[in-house]
Amino acid sequence: MVNFGFLLGHYNYWAVVVLFLIGLYAMIVKKNLIKKFMGLNIMDTSIFLFYISMGDVEGGVSPIIAHGGGSDVIYVNPLPSVLILTAIVVAISTTALALSLIIKIYEEYGTLDSDRLVELM
Amino acid sequence: MTWASHLPIIVVLIPLLTAYITPMLGWMDKRICNPLVIVSTSFAFIASLLLARSVLTRGVISYHMGGFAPPFGIALVVDYFGAYMCIVISFLTLMAAIYSREYIAKELHESKTAPYYTLLMLMTGGMMGASVTGDLFNMFVFFEILSISSYALVAITGKKVAILASYKYLLLGAIGTSFTLVGIAYLYILTGTLNMADLSVRLASLYGVGRSSWTLLVALAFFMVGYSIKAALFPLHTWLPDAHSMAPSSISAVLSGILIKVGALALIRVLFNIFQPEFVVETIPVTSMISWMAAVAIIVGSLFAISQVDLKRMLAYSSVAHIGFIILGVGLATGYGTTGGILHIFNHAMAKGCLFLCAGAIIYKTGLRNIDDLAGLGNKMPFTMAAFTIAALSMIGIPPTAGFISKFYLGLGALETGTWSGWVFIGAILLGSLLTAIFYMRVINNIYFKEPLHREDVQRDETPLGMLIPILILAGGCVIFGIFPRIPLSLAEPAAKLLLGI
Repeated sequence: MVNFGFLLGHYNYWAVVVLFLIGLYAMIVKKNLIKKFMGLNIMDTSIFLFYISMGDVEGGVSPIIAHGGGSDVIYVNPLPSVLILTAIVVAISTTALALSLIIKIYEEYGTLDSDRLVELM
Repeated sequence: MTWASHLPIIVVLIPLLTAYITPMLGWMDKRICNPLVIVSTSFAFIASLLLARSVLTRGVISYHMGGFAPPFGIALVVDYFGAYMCIVISFLTLMAAIYSREYIAKELHESKTAPYYTLLMLMTGGMMGASVTGDLFNMFVFFEILSISSYALVAITGKKVAILASYKYLLLGAIGTSFTLVGIAYLYILTGTLNMADLSVRLASLYGVGRSSWTLLVALAFFMVGYSIKAALFPLHTWLPDAHSMAPSSISAVLSGILIKVGALALIRVLFNIFQPEFVVETIPVTSMISWMAAVAIIVGSLFAISQVDLKRMLAYSSVAHIGFIILGVGLATGYGTTGGILHIFNHAMAKGCLFLCAGAIIYKTGLRNIDDLAGLGNKMPFTMAAFTIAALSMIGIPPTAGFISKFYLGLGALETGTWSGWVFIGAILLGSLLTAIFYMRVINNIYFKEPLHREDVQRDETPLGMLIPILILAGGCVIFGIFPRIPLSLAEPAAKLLLGI
């Protein structure tokens, strides 16, 4: 017996999986180098969302002790968001490098189609 | 607290800080970059040696960043293996830096000198950091530092093919990164910690417990695929031949010599430090699976290398085969086998570093890349070619070179498993060595025993001294550490024992 409540309760993870697979599909199937890289960015974003949603607690507030706090207040876990800030910076540097490489490739070869590039190599 | 207790962070900071200083000084005077990098890498090398000494005398060092104790703070944990890797990394980078002085002046445009050294130092800092870190997410960050700088270094020549090779490397490397990030997320959901030592304790209670053990397996799968891409383990090696053959030769030496080994280091950390050896060896046979893949890598990498006509491409495929030897040692998970694998990291770094530097010297002097064109170079560049021959013998594994010792240990390790698959692995090691002999002997035969294409060209035209010195040091190392294998073994053996917990 499949526990539908369990499956539906984790809808955020389903969204992440779908996004991840869309990204992976684009990387494998798309011929255009920019589209390939957009696929990677979608995949990265899905991982970021995965981290952020796993740190969230239902009814939780942002983890700032404003007025002395209290034992009854539930805070969300801030650590995954902090980790993902680092990962976003990493993704930005990778994107910047990839786009600059793509510009150079277009200047040198005059195309961004991966099949054509293989022929030209 | 003396300065010596800060050594774990010092070995990481020296290259990283140099990376920040280099562009500023290079902006004022480009000639400063090279001496600065050589001096700082020498310091990093000395610091690594001191670090290894203190690990050997005092045992595993745990350094708490900012004084926060783990699992809450970030810890740098230097065990025997980490210290060993630091020595290998700083040594080979030092050789590449010395070599770069004259090589880069010809190979790269003047305006790229400062970026070249900056990226080299960033890459070294990343590799050092990945070797000493005790935190899983920290490892990811250091891996990105080294990966992104290596993507840029592959493309730094600006040649058409190099840029495309770099893009291919970047796409595959970025997939590897994403996969490891997912793996980290799974482990964090399960345990709520990222510290490796803490993880291994908390995971031990989860083995075989219903749904969580499935999550564990998925995390392990993501790590294996992600870090196998970084280590270029067959069949995920497709980026390597392009990237390593198109990079400037000094960079190829570092990439092939140590960068892919840092991927192997991450695999080892995941298998033995985070997951416990009993789990990956017995509960689910991950190690035997990667041993089989490594055995295939040895054979296929060597076969591909035989069919190459370009010298550097042949060397790159040979790296695919030799990462197979290293991973085979890891996968055997026996005392001798893992010692052999770890020892091969050092021996292969020296031999492959030397070979790539020689290939660079050939291109520097003659502009030739095609193996058939190398005929008669033995008379033209006697010292370079002698070094090439010694390093090639070490790759094949002929005594008394260093390559023999590590392959001998790998063979002993395969016997130690005591199963029929052990004999298959021995067969793979022998066949791999034989195939290695075929393609290196072809080059050696060409350079010494073939008539040169144009006789009148042949006159002594040796590599400049600045490039010859690192080549000769590395070739000398191949022989010295073959005759005195106890020196690297004094770290490699306790490293393997500690990792396997025996």
